[in-house]
Amino acid sequence: MAGFNKVVSSYEQAMAGLENDMTVIAGGFGLCGIPEGLIGQIKKMGVSGLTVVSNNCGVDGFGLGILLEDKQIKKMVASYVGENALFEKQLLNGELEVELTPQGTLAEKMRAGGAGIPAFFTATGYGTPVGEGKEVREFNGRPYIMEESITGDFAIVKAWKADRYGNCIYRHTAQNFNPMAATAGKITVVEVEEIVEPGEIPPSQIHTPGIYVDRVIKGTFEKRIERKVTRSA
Amino acid sequence: MALSREQIAMRVAQEFKDGSYVNLGIGIPTLAANYVSDDISVMLQSENGLLGMGRYPDEDEVDADMINAGKETVTASIGASIFSSAESFAMIRGGHVDFTVLGAFEVDQQGNIASWMIPGKLVKGMGGAMDLVAGAKNIIVTMTHADKHGNSKLLEQCKLPLTGVNCITHIITDLALLEIKDSAFYLRERAPGVTVDEIREKTAGKLVVEGDIPEMRF
Repeated sequence: MAGFNKVVSSYEQAMAGLENDMTVIAGGFGLCGIPEGLIGQIKKMGVSGLTVVSNNCGVDGFGLGILLEDKQIKKMVASYVGENALFEKQLLNGELEVELTPQGTLAEKMRAGGAGIPAFFTATGYGTPVGEGKEVREFNGRPYIMEESITGDFAIVKAWKADRYGNCIYRHTAQNFNPMAATAGKITVVEVEEIVEPGEIPPSQIHTPGIYVDRVIKGTFEKRIERKVTRSA
Repeated sequence: MALSREQIAMRVAQEFKDGSYVNLGIGIPTLAANYVSDDISVMLQSENGLLGMGRYPDEDEVDADMINAGKETVTASIGASIFSSAESFAMIRGGHVDFTVLGAFEVDQQGNIASWMIPGKLVKGMGGAMDLVAGAKNIIVTMTHADKHGNSKLLEQCKLPLTGVNCITHIITDLALLEIKDSAFYLRERAPGVTVDEIREKTAGKLVVEGDIPEMRF
């Protein structure tokens, strides 16, 4: 049974094995559903030359944005990076490389990577700068471009609850890219709000089955809100 | 007179049919949600993984785990569902979303759209726009007819890097509603008080005017 106990008790254990120049896939959309403590641990470890695959790169001083402070990210694969002055600066200085990828293509690259599919065809990006240099095939009279899938040395994921088997559920729109990221890491680490007893999450309601998960850690979260808008405002 | 942002949004909302699934981009498209007729119900898709986006929350309902694609706090409406980004784009790319409304820098008479990149300026990314224009059945572009220097945004051929090809069918500007077909802009409606001549003058691409063009009604 110990073989299925994936819970670790420290961030050091959670991110053990992460080295310079590795690829890290991170769940999250903006600041929603991001593994805050695991990102903090990467900063603390000081590894550099990282390729980070995530929809966004946090903001200045929070989320993946903190990894820019010590120039730990060499390359960012993302769909939108507009929220971040430091990102902009490092990009213009040539200290940071960015591969802008359509959001749906990015999600599918992770999904396919985790599912053992090396590439797929999509109409998204055909005839645009995204399609340049990519193989084009026509299906039923419509052109599609070939996109290659992505896997990472590590995947860092934020879930709401997990049990010690690594079975996870996500809360509301904090789900976003997390389930795909969870499948696409050689080592997948999930940071959760709550560790629950096995069986507490009904099997049919599990979003990410534990087979994809290597380590689970209970984190503490600030859960910063990027744009608070209320009805009265 | 040229339409206000709100009036463009009102005209957009008239296009929606009862029971349609709609994805609204940031800016004027988002405003369209405020003008959906009480006689119909539409469900708003937010590409971060929410189908059935509701109103903004009250102060005590604000939840960091409940946001829209613009990263604003929102609520879910009755009948909503929440899912992963892969699922969200499966419904977009798979053609299940009935209407997509988004802004643009330029549209041309082939139905090409440029909306994400101006060479020489910092590029922030395309987000979900390329997937949306590649997947939705009916794509409505909202924008001003001309830029602030008076240059037309309705072109024979887009000059800026594209977001998608042969995908735009309708444009609602501050001056007109146009349909794109057979490599031309077909003028369908005028903003109240705007003449066909003014629209012709501000349309750089091929404009087809068939018979009397009615004014928009609100």
